[in-house]
Amino acid sequence: MKTKQHFISIFDEMANEDALKDIRKQAIDTFSQLEFPTRRHEEWKYTNINPIIQKSYTVEENCSVSQETIDGYILGETPGNILVFVNGIFNEELSHIENSEEIIVSNVKGALQKHGEKVTQFVENTTDKEQIFSVLNTALLQDGVFIQVPKNKVVEKPIFVVNVSDSEQQFIHNAKNIIDVGENSQVNIVETYRHGKDSAYFNNITTDVFVAANAHVQHVRLQMESKKAYQITTLNIRQQKDSTYTSVSVDLGGAIVRNNINVDLQDSNIESNLYGLYLGKDEQLIDNHTFIDHAKPHCNSNELYKGILDDKARGVFNGKVLVRQDAQKTNAFQSNQNILLSDNAGVDTKPQLEIFADDVKCSHGATVGELDEGAMFYLRARGIGEKEAHSLLRQAFVGEVLEFVKQDSLREKLEEIVMSHF
Amino acid sequence: MSKQQIEELATREYKYGFHSDIDTEIAPKGLSEDIVRLISEKKQEPEWMLEWRLKAFRHWQTMTEPTWPNVKYPPIDYQEAYYYAAPKQQKALESLDELDPKIKETFDKLGIPLLEQKRLAGVAVDAVIDSVSVTTTFKEQLAEKGIIFCSFSEALQEHPDLIKKYIGSVVPHTDNYFAALNSAVFSDGSFCYIPKGVRCPMDLSTYFRINTPNTGQFERTLIIAEEGSYVSYLEGCTAPRFADNQLHAAVVEIIAHESAEVKYSTVQNWYPGDENGVGGIYNFVTKRGICHRSAKISWTQVETGSAITWKYPSVILKGDNSVGEFYSVAVTNNYQQADTGTKMIHLGKNTKSTIVSKGISAGKSHNSYRGLVKVAKSADKARNFSQCDSLLIGDRCGAHTFPYLEIHNKGAKIEHEATTSKVGEDQLFYCAQRGIEMEDAIALIVNGYCKEVLEELPVEFALEAQQLLKISLEGSVG
Repeated sequence: MKTKQHFISIFDEMANEDALKDIRKQAIDTFSQLEFPTRRHEEWKYTNINPIIQKSYTVEENCSVSQETIDGYILGETPGNILVFVNGIFNEELSHIENSEEIIVSNVKGALQKHGEKVTQFVENTTDKEQIFSVLNTALLQDGVFIQVPKNKVVEKPIFVVNVSDSEQQFIHNAKNIIDVGENSQVNIVETYRHGKDSAYFNNITTDVFVAANAHVQHVRLQMESKKAYQITTLNIRQQKDSTYTSVSVDLGGAIVRNNINVDLQDSNIESNLYGLYLGKDEQLIDNHTFIDHAKPHCNSNELYKGILDDKARGVFNGKVLVRQDAQKTNAFQSNQNILLSDNAGVDTKPQLEIFADDVKCSHGATVGELDEGAMFYLRARGIGEKEAHSLLRQAFVGEVLEFVKQDSLREKLEEIVMSHF
Repeated sequence: MSKQQIEELATREYKYGFHSDIDTEIAPKGLSEDIVRLISEKKQEPEWMLEWRLKAFRHWQTMTEPTWPNVKYPPIDYQEAYYYAAPKQQKALESLDELDPKIKETFDKLGIPLLEQKRLAGVAVDAVIDSVSVTTTFKEQLAEKGIIFCSFSEALQEHPDLIKKYIGSVVPHTDNYFAALNSAVFSDGSFCYIPKGVRCPMDLSTYFRINTPNTGQFERTLIIAEEGSYVSYLEGCTAPRFADNQLHAAVVEIIAHESAEVKYSTVQNWYPGDENGVGGIYNFVTKRGICHRSAKISWTQVETGSAITWKYPSVILKGDNSVGEFYSVAVTNNYQQADTGTKMIHLGKNTKSTIVSKGISAGKSHNSYRGLVKVAKSADKARNFSQCDSLLIGDRCGAHTFPYLEIHNKGAKIEHEATTSKVGEDQLFYCAQRGIEMEDAIALIVNGYCKEVLEELPVEFALEAQQLLKISLEGSVG
């Protein structure tokens, strides 16, 4: 109760006099009625969030970062649009937005001023009144990304969203990202989370992606928060007929990271791919929860999550695939593979299938082990040193996830970052 | 699959539903300390046993019924059931001829060849009607080897030390709601003790049977295998049909000492309720074994009956180099619900476990696999392989898998696989081309699908299991 009160007092201190006033008020009321999940809650069985919710946070006001730093955070070739947020606050100077009549690329606050009603609607519709972190996000919403791609538009260059956290303070930041992609359009979005100082801040982020019929979205996320920081993300994807959505998510930082990914396949012939990579060290806890809801026939979903855990790090994976009665001819594949490098590291994985249709092909698999001894021997027998052999095997292991990134320059840059993280 | 065929499958009647009239002695309805005392007194139990029961009962009162399983049923009124019923005929029997003809008739209908088994199959049968053992065969032959195989109440009279030492050591009375209930009111069960270095010359078998309406049956089985011994234990169940749901909360405890091996096979075909989901047995069972150094426990089960099955035969791999196995076929039809699986707890070094689970759902049933593989920090080089497959017949049923893998040792090697599919059109076509009737083709394919599990069963049981599967699949042409 006391912990909830702290968040309510943050709400009270914030200036809430914008177009979202009523929605925020509603959200904080819902928040006060909900409870934070404990480990007794099945979905939070392996992740204790007490360290997150028992801290006191401030809302950060201002901070500046140099242009060079931001440039360093851009992956691959120069992109078209860059949105930069420092400690959750949109930085217009560092951002680069290409003016376009058709596509809206903006921060939420800016979009609210220009497009008012439309954005308010989105914010309201994407607030899940049953999820405490979703209502908290709406209540304390600071800013976020608002991207809207109209029909029949191929956005050639990736849109970069750079989030930098750099503060001495233990701040809380609630961002809401809305990505709406119209029919027959294509877009590629790259989100990165970087940090300056090693402080214990808390990023509570929700992202909602709407993929219209025959639209194709690639969504890359690189998370390199501070080792003391907390991140809880909720990613909701709603897909229409014939669309494709591919997410490649890389988690390297954070003390406690929890990613909730919910995919709602609302029509037939949809492809949905979720790929994830997590490297845990020290006492990190990285938790990926995915839920794919197959409601209609002829849809495919693929999931591959791979993790390497060292020191006292823990990895959690909970993948749930629901195939409803009408979803005949569904193909759903799910795999979670883990490598433990230390005796104190651990993995708790729960790949889960709930199937109500008979003509489906579904499978899931989970493995936990060390680096393959046979492969190691093969390399050593050919005169490759132990360190190098280890590195090669790790590269191969992570490569299986990163290879799903289509653009070469982006993939190479990601690989470089991941390999230098070991 | 055509609608008609699905209907045919869904309307299949329970073939073993009948009720024989045997006079039974029934304790008053309801559950209280007095009932617990009464049961203990009726069975002339030692004081410590009563104390243990009361402790369990008091603990049970503080517990709430679990709601996490993926099953739905109306709340059970524990005060509406009878907790003790014994066949009137209590005198110990010297030979089978002395058996009440009615009881014999029951066995005959069930197809238990009690007389023939003695001569031909070489199986000693400890047949339990309701709660008290009526007949025990082959006792003398087993006694020569020092093997004790008798009813639980008899063991309590003759070998109280062994029971006192081991009861509750694997499944404590505080373990879970139904185990606590069982600990308080268990009426009888089987007890098996294999001395050091003895290889039990025959499969030990017990047929349980629920016979009185509204009687919850609470058996308790305790198997102790001393160092280097081996035993294969068979448990098979059929029950007559009643409209009221019957609660069955059994507890099975297995202790496998160093290098011992215990093989526990079950064929469960209790009354599953009618095609509208009325009646049927609630089967809430706690089965667990503990393996000491280099020991092995193997669970094999074929589950086709019960309205609701809630059961997770588990192995605690405590000793180094110990092995745990779980082979399961679970078939659900009509409104049956099954939430079953296993737990493999790896504590010792070089421990190995194998899980093979095959679920088949038809009609409007729900079939869930729920399993846990836990590798503790101490379990270096632990190895697990799990495979849980589901087969769906018809589009009104559900198949679910909830595997939990908790791995906390880097040397562990854990693999888990699960698939869901239906009987392949191409497989059926292949059979049809070769002149094999659809019905036979389905039976063939499903038997092939379950083969890995069925071949773990002892021969007589494997035949019965195949028979059961075939009955379950009548009319299920895809």
